[in-house]
Amino acid sequence: MDALIAEFPRFLAGFVGTLRICLFAAIGALVIGTVLAAFRVSPVPPLRWVGTAWVTVFRNSPLVVVLFLFAFALPEVGIDFPLFENNAFFWPGVTGLAFYTAAFVCEAVRSGINSVPPGQAEAARAVGLTFTQTLNAVVLPQALRTVVPPLGSVIIAMIKNSAIVGAVGVTGELFSVDASLTAIGYSATSSLTGVAIAYLVITIPAGILLGVIERKIEVKR
Amino acid sequence: MTSVLFDAPGPRARRNTLIGTLIAAVLILGVVALALLQLSGSGQLDGAKWGPLFNPANPYFVAVWSALGVGLGLTLTAAALTLVFSLLIGTLLVVTRLSTTRVFRWLVVGFIELLRGLPVVITIFIAARVLPEIGIALPPLWYLVVGLTAYNCVIIAEILRSGVAAIPRGQTEAAYAVGLSKLQTLRIILLPQAFRIMLPALISQLVVIVKDTSLGFVIFNFSEFVRTARIVIQFFAGSEGVNLTLQMFVAVAIVFILINFGLGKLAEYVQRRSGRARKTAAAPILKVGAGVGEGGTGGL
Repeated sequence: MDALIAEFPRFLAGFVGTLRICLFAAIGALVIGTVLAAFRVSPVPPLRWVGTAWVTVFRNSPLVVVLFLFAFALPEVGIDFPLFENNAFFWPGVTGLAFYTAAFVCEAVRSGINSVPPGQAEAARAVGLTFTQTLNAVVLPQALRTVVPPLGSVIIAMIKNSAIVGAVGVTGELFSVDASLTAIGYSATSSLTGVAIAYLVITIPAGILLGVIERKIEVKR
Repeated sequence: MTSVLFDAPGPRARRNTLIGTLIAAVLILGVVALALLQLSGSGQLDGAKWGPLFNPANPYFVAVWSALGVGLGLTLTAAALTLVFSLLIGTLLVVTRLSTTRVFRWLVVGFIELLRGLPVVITIFIAARVLPEIGIALPPLWYLVVGLTAYNCVIIAEILRSGVAAIPRGQTEAAYAVGLSKLQTLRIILLPQAFRIMLPALISQLVVIVKDTSLGFVIFNFSEFVRTARIVIQFFAGSEGVNLTLQMFVAVAIVFILINFGLGKLAEYVQRRSGRARKTAAAPILKVGAGVGEGGTGGL
């Protein structure tokens, strides 16, 4: 507790840092995941294969391994990410987290597409809409409503996973606050209590908010 | 496949699909070619780099994989122990939540919400660093098991609770009618069915546990799979002067993907089989199962 009060600015900075990582990663994951979901239901086989391969690879490998590949192996290959506030791991970490989460976003969106009654798409087809029009004007707007609750869980899980980004070397987020506090002599118990509380401050309200949204937008059929 | 999104293709649609397929194939091949070019340009395709991991004739092959095998053994042991303890504690939690007085119920709900909100890497780190500080020194493997169990037992409690909720009310009513107590009803009637309904979701959670054991690398001085991989990388960088980072983590990823892909297929098989076995009541049960497997907080 002593650390939490005396070093409050550090925790606050880490808190903001975590939120910033999550914001970038969430945008990336939502965009890539939605595109992948469109790939997975597309009539063009190679696009379907790309979607399936992406989901299979990223859903079955641990995030740590993905992050190690992005942070340590890509520079070896000659792919260098730009520095972010002097930290070389920030963009590899954010990209890895976004790519990994995109697989789960894709599955959530796809099951949302599948949850739209076939009659809707059939009716759209019957009035002569094309595949793209059917998807954009009829199926996706309905699917996105069904998809919000699972998507919310995916994003909350992503916020928790951002701690792993800190564990592989991104500084300036909550997990790295512990290392800096330990370095100046605080006990692990006091610094980790603070870190744990800071995560709960994000995840518990997010969960409650998600529950409220879930009840509000519930599709009644 | 949602084939309802498009008509059974006629000649023109087939031509368009073909053109799309060609364009997509060319683009994908282009990306693959670019990646290979980048890899060979930076010397990542050398036999010396892949040999120790993928060529059985390589002098290092046996040594590298036996070291990795020891690490993988520790990782899988941790996953198995975590599953056993999480099932035991999770069952205990759900029984407490469903059968006792309000005070205990609130305590359990608070406990669940608290642990569910923490990143699992944090619970592992807390186990590894706080337990020794308060005088509980364990072998490193057990810190991983404690940290993973703390998180997964509440997820399994939630899975089981939604399993119990999916059982028709008539079961409980019938049990009360023949004079069973609340606890007996849970133990004899509800939990066995909940386990069966939720078996696919429980197997999916096992995939999450196996993936999360890789977080054991944050524990100091514990050579599980991922840390062993990093030690091997350091060894080759030091004594041979080759950097195996890419190759090693590709190998690690392949091992995890094979294990988890297998478990995922097992979950699908169990789901299909249980769906067939109870055709009459399958619809609501499957819906709950799918919801937990995909949208549950433990899903990543």
